[in-house]
Amino acid sequence: MRKIGVLALQGDFREHIFMLRQSGAEALPIRWPEQLQGLDGLIIPGGESTTISKLMTEYKFGEEIQKLAAEGLPLFGTCAGMILLAKRVIGLDTQFLAVMDIEVRRNAFGRQVDSFETELLIPVLGQNPFPAVFIRAPWIERAGDGVQSIAQLQDGTAVAARGENILVSAFHPELTEDTRLHEYFLNIVEARCKSKEG
Amino acid sequence: MERGTWTVKAGLAQMLKGGVIMDVTNAEQAKIAEEAGACAVMALERVPADIRATGGVARMADPEVILAIMEAMTIPVMAKCRIGHFVEAQLLEALGVDFIDESEVLTPADESHHVHKHEFKVPFVCGCRDLGEALRRIGEGAAMIRTKGEAGTGNIVEAVRHMRAVMDGIRRLHSLPVDELMAEAKAMGAPYELVLEVHKTGRLPVVNFAAGGVATPADAALMMQLGADGVFVGSGIFKSSDPEVRARAVVKATTHYQDPQIIAEVSKGLGLAMPGLEIKSIPEKELLASRGW
Repeated sequence: MRKIGVLALQGDFREHIFMLRQSGAEALPIRWPEQLQGLDGLIIPGGESTTISKLMTEYKFGEEIQKLAAEGLPLFGTCAGMILLAKRVIGLDTQFLAVMDIEVRRNAFGRQVDSFETELLIPVLGQNPFPAVFIRAPWIERAGDGVQSIAQLQDGTAVAARGENILVSAFHPELTEDTRLHEYFLNIVEARCKSKEG
Repeated sequence: MERGTWTVKAGLAQMLKGGVIMDVTNAEQAKIAEEAGACAVMALERVPADIRATGGVARMADPEVILAIMEAMTIPVMAKCRIGHFVEAQLLEALGVDFIDESEVLTPADESHHVHKHEFKVPFVCGCRDLGEALRRIGEGAAMIRTKGEAGTGNIVEAVRHMRAVMDGIRRLHSLPVDELMAEAKAMGAPYELVLEVHKTGRLPVVNFAAGGVATPADAALMMQLGADGVFVGSGIFKSSDPEVRARAVVKATTHYQDPQIIAEVSKGLGLAMPGLEIKSIPEKELLASRGW
């Protein structure tokens, strides 16, 4: 069974842990940087990106996660998690983890009254649309080389993307009962574990 | 594309979990709260300790105050309306606040009826003293619940009482045989469907925060260990001698609520906590928790 950590500083980490267990992985809440060792993958959950980033800095998670990302550890960020993984956040001078070559806009759709749910076609997950929940959500404004947009709204806005080992979504698969995106992430994890094991 | 659905409303509360929501009365305080790691702020004209001291009718905050705070924040901004004052709620929704607290801290506008919250696109949080009250509010459409505690006292005893009552209620419903649930719903004064849901899942259908009396990092961790999903701090931050340091300490104690070493570490050198009030010294008619039903 593959061991996936879920950053548990703030946000809906319990929902991710539940989804991972449902998808057949071992899932652990991560509260200290030392707990990052020996993981096969890491999820950065939804929550408040400002809050999570303050706590990440406080407990020195940044460099450790950056190092693991550079080594190819599979990462999955949802909503706030996507913002924290992005190389650039529009309107912000500082960077967070900056490990994925995307440019994102925070609260891109507006405030909470503009939050919405919709059926989203994600071709890599098959024909059935995915129930996508957007809460004060960001969107992806630009994706660099090596990053592929895997889901767009009808107007073309990119809301999920994949780099070689990093997966991001602007919406919250963990708030639904659809485990397909978590399973897709676990496939990335599996492929990397296999290649490491030779 | 559907806006303001139940999933989206209850979902925002999910995103706040493990976090601290702080009362603020202006943009400057809001920035201090955000910088300290608050996951949301509650925009108010006066914190509960001042409302208690001043007396008179406490109403929704001035829209200008709320807008100035919204302007300064990247985190969600909440604001309070009076119990049953659905026009204050409409107004707050029109301003674009992210969450409305239908709050007993303000003077109630209706002594019989709370706001019909399902009608709104913006989510609501409501206070409760036990599971029956929590389920009545959820039945009306609250997407998040908090204990009432006794706001503005810096005394955690009522929040503990209310959190224990909610948790005991959940454990009790979960263990009752199904044929006793209707009688239990009647006794609790709670919607049967929600009683059934709690019986099945063994938890509340929405996020449950602690509020009303949190003044120290240890208070916050206490409420988390009793089962809260997160913490509201009202007067506890900006009525203390060093709000910035205390705000950061409460945030850390909430994240690491199971770690006494951390709680001890962050509790050092905080300066003075807000002045506390013994509940028994408050005349019964001035208790805030008994507002609403």
